Amino acid sequence: MKQNSKVLDVAGISKKFGAVEVLCDVSFQVDKGETVCVLGPSGSGKSTLLRCINWLERPDAGQIYLNGKQIGVTAGGTVMTDRDLSAVRTRIGMVFQHFALWPHLTVLQNVTEAPIQAQKRPKAEVRDEALALLAKVGLIDKRDAFPARLSGGQKQRVGIARALALRPDLLLFDEPTSALDPELVGEVLVVMRDLAREGMTMVVVTHEMGFARDAATRVMFLDRGRVVESASPEQFFTQPETERARQFIQRYAGSAANGKT
Amino acid sequence: MIHDFGVVWSERGLLLSGLANTAILSALAAVAALALGIALAPALMSRQRVVAGAAQTLVDGMRCIPFLLFAYIIYYGLPSLGLRFDNWSSGLVALIVYNTAYMAEILRGAWKAQPREPIEAGIAFGFSGVRLFRRIILPPLLLSAGPVIGNQMIQIIKDSAFLTIIALPELTHAASSIQSRHYVPFAAFITAVFLYWGLCLVIEAGVGSIGRLAEARR
Repeated sequence: MKQNSKVLDVAGISKKFGAVEVLCDVSFQVDKGETVCVLGPSGSGKSTLLRCINWLERPDAGQIYLNGKQIGVTAGGTVMTDRDLSAVRTRIGMVFQHFALWPHLTVLQNVTEAPIQAQKRPKAEVRDEALALLAKVGLIDKRDAFPARLSGGQKQRVGIARALALRPDLLLFDEPTSALDPELVGEVLVVMRDLAREGMTMVVVTHEMGFARDAATRVMFLDRGRVVESASPEQFFTQPETERARQFIQRYAGSAANGKT
Repeated sequence: MIHDFGVVWSERGLLLSGLANTAILSALAAVAALALGIALAPALMSRQRVVAGAAQTLVDGMRCIPFLLFAYIIYYGLPSLGLRFDNWSSGLVALIVYNTAYMAEILRGAWKAQPREPIEAGIAFGFSGVRLFRRIILPPLLLSAGPVIGNQMIQIIKDSAFLTIIALPELTHAASSIQSRHYVPFAAFITAVFLYWGLCLVIEAGVGSIGRLAEARR
């Protein structure tokens, strides 16, 4: 039964860009309902790790399992076709640093596009769900606006609604507040906190120490492509095991205080 | 001079059928060249070097041939290879093939200028292959390339005038025959110029409305 509660299993992922080793033998698991925050200095491989999970980057070594099924590689051991990979990817929602909304579609269409076109779900059902999701992120009145007319915080909330519309098993956040003006960070974090509380399974790459401290079930500290620490937020922030983590936390101590909402 | 325009007016039937032919020819060529250009653009952007290289060679080669010469080759040259088209088919094929290269190159340029993230989001959200291109990549491309595509359509209208040399009864051909029949060159040709101008205004109006669509999304 315990096996069933494991949503994501990352086993020994390595990735090189040319001669640069970006990820080195990274392993971790995420249980259903967990919010794992991935912290670490820039260039530590956080984003690459996230992008390897849904095979936006193809890992050089290691395996990734979503609900026990391997991603990217078929049962026969060959690399999945784009079509099969696409089907797996619709089980994973992703929220991007620079929002990455589709500029030619309205807010509502952004949310309904993938469920209708990629998941082939019935239009009416998807539309109802999308409207409910937009209400949830507080943007129902913007449903017919184009992304270009929204603020950064609004764009990112649409980004979250778009990811949720997939009914994903797992949500990936790639520095979702890094591109936002400071006064807009809060409105996005509120939505993310709600999701964490509701038991959505999430992996969040972030520099928001406040969020990691009080919304994460677990914190993973990455440095130079390796998992240096993995602990509960209380333990990580009060008694980090390594000197690297201690320095990192100290450097971000200021922003952790500001990040509280 | 007034008399000359009177002569042109008396031949208005000929002129209008020339205008209609130019409009039909240009419209068919524009639609087909854009469609083929859209099909060719992914080849230009292909990550497989051989595919991209072959497509680029084709496009660059085509863009460096003077259109008049290309039309000559299709109409006069191909029959010696056993391929014979009438003047309508030759003219249409020449316009389409020639402008497909331009359309594909325009789209390639616009594609390269697109931000990477929305396309990546498309991949992450389960789009791939033709569906990724059609739903996620192409629409913003067409919106941003709209004015340049419109410009190329105007080019198509003007290029179609060359087809008078293969005796295609389009607008320039009509003006030409009126002037040779009545010797009213200024009146005949200036009237044709204004009719071309009218056609281009129609294109401009279309580009304007695409521009407004794009503006709302920018």
